[in-house]
Amino acid sequence: MLSFIIRRLLLVIPMALLVVTVTWTLVRLAPGSFYSGEKTLPPAIEANIKKKYGLDKHWLEQYGLMMLNIIRLDFGDSLKYPDRNVNQIIRDHFPYSATVGILAYLLALALGLTAGIVAALKQNSAFDYGSMTFAMLGLSVPNFVLGPILVSVFSLTLYMFPPARFGGFMSLVLPVITLSAIYMAYIARLTRAGMLEVMRSDYIRTARAKGLSEKTVLLKHGLRGGIIPVVSFTGPALASLLAGTVVVEKVFAIPGLGNIFIQSVLNRDEPLILGIVAFLSILIMLFNLAVDISYGFLDPRIRYE
Amino acid sequence: MTENTQPIQGTSLWKDAWKRLLKNKLAVFGLIVLGIMVIAVLIGPAIIRWTTGFTADYIPSDVGIGELVASFPPSWQHPMGTDEAGRDLLARVLQGGRISLMVGIISTIVSLIVGVSYGAIAGYMGGKIDNVMMRFVDILYAIPYILIVIVLLSVFGGPNTPDWIKWLAELFGGAGNAGLSQIFLLFFALGLVSWLTMARVVRGQILSLKNQEFVLAARATGVSTLGIIFRHLVPNALGPVIVYATLTVPSVMLSEAFLSFLGLGVQAPYASWGSLAADGIKNIAIYPWQLIFPGVTMALTLFSLNFVGDGLRDALDPQTRKF
Repeated sequence: MLSFIIRRLLLVIPMALLVVTVTWTLVRLAPGSFYSGEKTLPPAIEANIKKKYGLDKHWLEQYGLMMLNIIRLDFGDSLKYPDRNVNQIIRDHFPYSATVGILAYLLALALGLTAGIVAALKQNSAFDYGSMTFAMLGLSVPNFVLGPILVSVFSLTLYMFPPARFGGFMSLVLPVITLSAIYMAYIARLTRAGMLEVMRSDYIRTARAKGLSEKTVLLKHGLRGGIIPVVSFTGPALASLLAGTVVVEKVFAIPGLGNIFIQSVLNRDEPLILGIVAFLSILIMLFNLAVDISYGFLDPRIRYE
Repeated sequence: MTENTQPIQGTSLWKDAWKRLLKNKLAVFGLIVLGIMVIAVLIGPAIIRWTTGFTADYIPSDVGIGELVASFPPSWQHPMGTDEAGRDLLARVLQGGRISLMVGIISTIVSLIVGVSYGAIAGYMGGKIDNVMMRFVDILYAIPYILIVIVLLSVFGGPNTPDWIKWLAELFGGAGNAGLSQIFLLFFALGLVSWLTMARVVRGQILSLKNQEFVLAARATGVSTLGIIFRHLVPNALGPVIVYATLTVPSVMLSEAFLSFLGLGVQAPYASWGSLAADGIKNIAIYPWQLIFPGVTMALTLFSLNFVGDGLRDALDPQTRKF
């Protein structure tokens, strides 16, 4: 187990470096650069800019220097916000994304798991059909439609919650609901399918046969196997939630990482793009590792090689 | 004719699945809604032109020149109201539906071609090749797809647009449509970022198929490697591929809407449901219908697509039928 974790942790570093390499290649492939605007620069000025940012060196040397900085976890200064360090930008904006993201995922887990379990236990009941149709609705209504509709109903008509800006609990309610809708729908569907499959399996019959109460069968045996699909979904979902979700940040004016990333891509702000992508990929891999470890606790049949 | 002469008719997998699909009420509902949507989008603009005499994307309301143009709420004349410029929103939604549905179809086909070939080759080759190819997929998973789309759009956009994309755009929209060819480029870019899961699904299928006797037989009779992969293995893995493809359609439509929401997708004068909704969001407090009608149309379509996808999965995979 320990050697499995160590091996996977060691793999995170080369994988993150590969992700950064591919991203760097992509950014360099696109024509234009961060300093190119509507006006074409005089060649002398362009040469000076290139010299300042080391763009006049051979591309291999540029790549090497970039990689050296990444390995030292120093992503350098942003090109568009010259007074701000990339690490600083991530530190400043990540907490906002993380707060909204974690709250949204917790809400999605609480409601999605409950709905999924009840729907599976009362298969083909009115609750089953109702909650699954509702879940389908959650998958189908884009969040940039849901968010503004919630704002116009609850903020602009009923004056219950502030329409935008980050500050205090009340301002979090609408963004968290908007963000969690689709995850809630996914979790409810995954839980229902997983529970249906598990509750028909032999070990549940054994548990029932040895006289365990239905509650114990469900919560101690059924749930552990039934939520494995949800656990697999949690890794990538939580990582993308933590990284910030652009739509919700835009609609509710939250200063999260998602918008910063989109801006950095549009600005061709290379250090910022690479920094956020590296941060994000490490996050994804760590969450996936956590998911793989938790399989062992949920299903004793799963072994680590 | 042969049906009448044969006393007992065997059912193929596909016929069987189709029967099961028709038993699923929600999937049938989805199919009907999709059918209506496709027909409306195809012939709607022509009907509007015929009844009003204006092209679909511009129907003036009763606003005189020089008057302040305001958006009108839904009425008999304009069932979905009008947009900021006084254009009939129903006509815009129908027009936008063409592009939104086309995103769903074209991007899915692109992702299907890339994902199936990639996954099938990786799965069949196995060993080191498989390992390297799948690690590459893992890496692409970790890169936000929006970055790849933007890079693809800027590398192949504007003057660098490949000729065959221009040719396709002309095929659909007539000559001289620089804007339309950019939209087609967007379709391909979205397809090129949506194949990752498809590749994984196909690879898994091929892995379980490639050691079966019919592959051995094909190899013994001298079928080439590519022949084995595409003529013998891929057709046998089609079930999960079709299911996953129907679920890719709503997801690429959402991605397009999201890009249009950010202002990176479909640009004026063209419209898609996503770009119409994005315009509507700006005026949500004053003209809510500008968001609600495109948004609801899109949600209804995605809702139906998801139901059809679910129904297909249950129909093609008899193991899950009992659920």
